[in-house]
Amino acid sequence: MHPIAERIQREFAEGFVKAVEWRGDLAVTVTRKALHDVARFLHDDRDMDFDYIVHVSSVDWPDDEERFEVVWEFYSIRKRHRIRLKTRVPEADCIVDSLTDIWKGADFMEREVYDMMGIRFRNHPDLRRILMPDEYTEGYPLRKDFPLQGKGWRDTFEFLNEGRG
Amino acid sequence: MGLIQLGRREKDGDLDVITMTVEKAVNWARKGSLWPMTFGLACCAIEMIAAVSSRYDMDRYGAGVFRASPRQSDLMIVAGTVCRRMAPVIRKIYDQMPEPKYVIAMGSCATSGNIYDSYSVVQGVDRFVPVDIYVPGCPPTPEALFDGILKLQERIMQKRVFTKQPDAVKANV
Repeated sequence: MHPIAERIQREFAEGFVKAVEWRGDLAVTVTRKALHDVARFLHDDRDMDFDYIVHVSSVDWPDDEERFEVVWEFYSIRKRHRIRLKTRVPEADCIVDSLTDIWKGADFMEREVYDMMGIRFRNHPDLRRILMPDEYTEGYPLRKDFPLQGKGWRDTFEFLNEGRG
Repeated sequence: MGLIQLGRREKDGDLDVITMTVEKAVNWARKGSLWPMTFGLACCAIEMIAAVSSRYDMDRYGAGVFRASPRQSDLMIVAGTVCRRMAPVIRKIYDQMPEPKYVIAMGSCATSGNIYDSYSVVQGVDRFVPVDIYVPGCPPTPEALFDGILKLQERIMQKRVFTKQPDAVKANV
């Protein structure tokens, strides 16, 4: 196993789920409960030193019991190594710890995940929609059960009637 | 037209005589000074920029003075994919343009939404602003955009300014 994954497994025996290495990419899955501690460890530990957050995204697996997967990618500018951290979230309890207190840059990316997939982030400073308008009510467009053409929003132009009454 | 010849003769100082209708003169002035709005939304904007640049030089048709303000422009070239969230902005800009105003839908995205049959993409800009000319292509070449502008100029020349517009207009523009 990859030394970083080994280290995570040693430090977080309970929270560690699995580590996959594919074509040089290391992806570590942890439990939702351990996520924030693992992230803190990755950021603060001298051997890890992941000081740069590359991306936050999410995956919808409609047939799985824990339907959603949230994915973070981190990079260490000094150590020049990277890691992909994953955690699973069930649909009924769609919330995960925000990492904005560790990486400030997670702010907008977590908002995008919330906007597109409907996964909420605990302790996020400003969890609002970011791509869709605030008043958008049709749901979360990147979910697999969301119709491709949407639910009519793209064809309604309510602004055409404003100020002409 | 061929009868516009302003200025003085070289020697005698007499003015040239021009005969034409006022309507034609107005339309001629309008078609020769189409100031476009910069409204590039996607890759079509690159072709629009190429059309203005020196190789193609859109200014030959009097349509090269791109304005950043809708209040100074006559023509809106909607170049690119129109997202629903951009729609009220386009409408507001269109409403701010002074009459007479024209709209060119450049490319398949602005015309019909193209392949983007998705929740966020408007299926054609003509759903909320009136479009005069549709330019096909993905993206259209600068020549195609010129063709659209020339067609628009033909159309402007057929407009009646002071008299009633006839019911039947020439259909080939």
